[in-house]
Amino acid sequence: MDPLVSAASVLAAALAVGLAAIGPGLGQGNAAGRAVEGIARQPEAEGKIRGTLLLSLAFMEALTIYGLVVALVLLFANPFAG
Amino acid sequence: MLNTINSLDSLIFAKLEVGQQFYWQLGNLKIHGQVLITSWIVIGLLVVVSFLASRSIQRIPSGIQNFMEYALEFIRDIAKNQIGEKEYRPWVPFVGTLFLFIFVSNWSGALVPWKLVKLPVGELAAPTNDINTTVALALLTSLAYFYAGFSKRGIGYVAKYIQPTPILLPINILEDFTKPLSLSFRLFGNILADELVVGVLVLLVPLFLPLPAMGLGLFTSAIQALIFATLAAAYIGEAMEGHGEHEEEHHE
Repeated sequence: MDPLVSAASVLAAALAVGLAAIGPGLGQGNAAGRAVEGIARQPEAEGKIRGTLLLSLAFMEALTIYGLVVALVLLFANPFAG
Repeated sequence: MLNTINSLDSLIFAKLEVGQQFYWQLGNLKIHGQVLITSWIVIGLLVVVSFLASRSIQRIPSGIQNFMEYALEFIRDIAKNQIGEKEYRPWVPFVGTLFLFIFVSNWSGALVPWKLVKLPVGELAAPTNDINTTVALALLTSLAYFYAGFSKRGIGYVAKYIQPTPILLPINILEDFTKPLSLSFRLFGNILADELVVGVLVLLVPLFLPLPAMGLGLFTSAIQALIFATLAAAYIGEAMEGHGEHEEEHHE
């Protein structure tokens, strides 16, 4: 593989997963904080809040995973390897 | 890329291979053999357990029948919550199949020591570790919700593309493509990421340290199976729900 292409691919892979982690990180923190608030206000609803929180955390995590898929494609199945 | 890591491979350690396939030639098609082997094992397991559970059904369930009834109730609740009380019944088998297959596949990747089986090329892993499996499941979901929409509302189903305004037509059409795309990538990425994390940790510290990561992997795989089934049911429910019917659903 062209060294320039491999260098750019490795950098792009790192950026893809790193940048993709920012947004979901903020979102997950926000969601978890609100869930704790909700539980503190209404401890009897804890079970329901926990279930909803886990489901929505997994949805947010999926966004980072998309970045990870792009990174993995660049590392292991590079379309520009030629 | 991972040549240095691959050179460390020994008898027990996974080789951390991504994109190495064990091909079977079928006519002009090249098939990923390792995925089919593990899928068949998963399917066989599910069939055997279902058969054992429903072989002699008792009025008061015990043992395996009890367990499978619990699983059925769980799946029925997913379908009921997403599709609605009136329409959910015919879709329980589809949603349940998706959930059980994905769940057992994901857990088999972490719990069954596939890597001890030697293949000429590549290695055995969870079937959902391969993008083809997840894309197939996601496309089945697409077909299912199109079928649900057209069979429930006839040709009036296409009217949903110009709702709430015709300006949203391109976005509504795009949504039909992004739904299977995000479904398949979410599942594939999560499972592959789990296996890679465990693989890297095993490579660094082979004992004890990977255990928490494996536990987390089990947890996320279960959640992913739940999410896939929930989303499939939600898409089906959304396709069937007409605009005039909102009111009467609120009555219940």
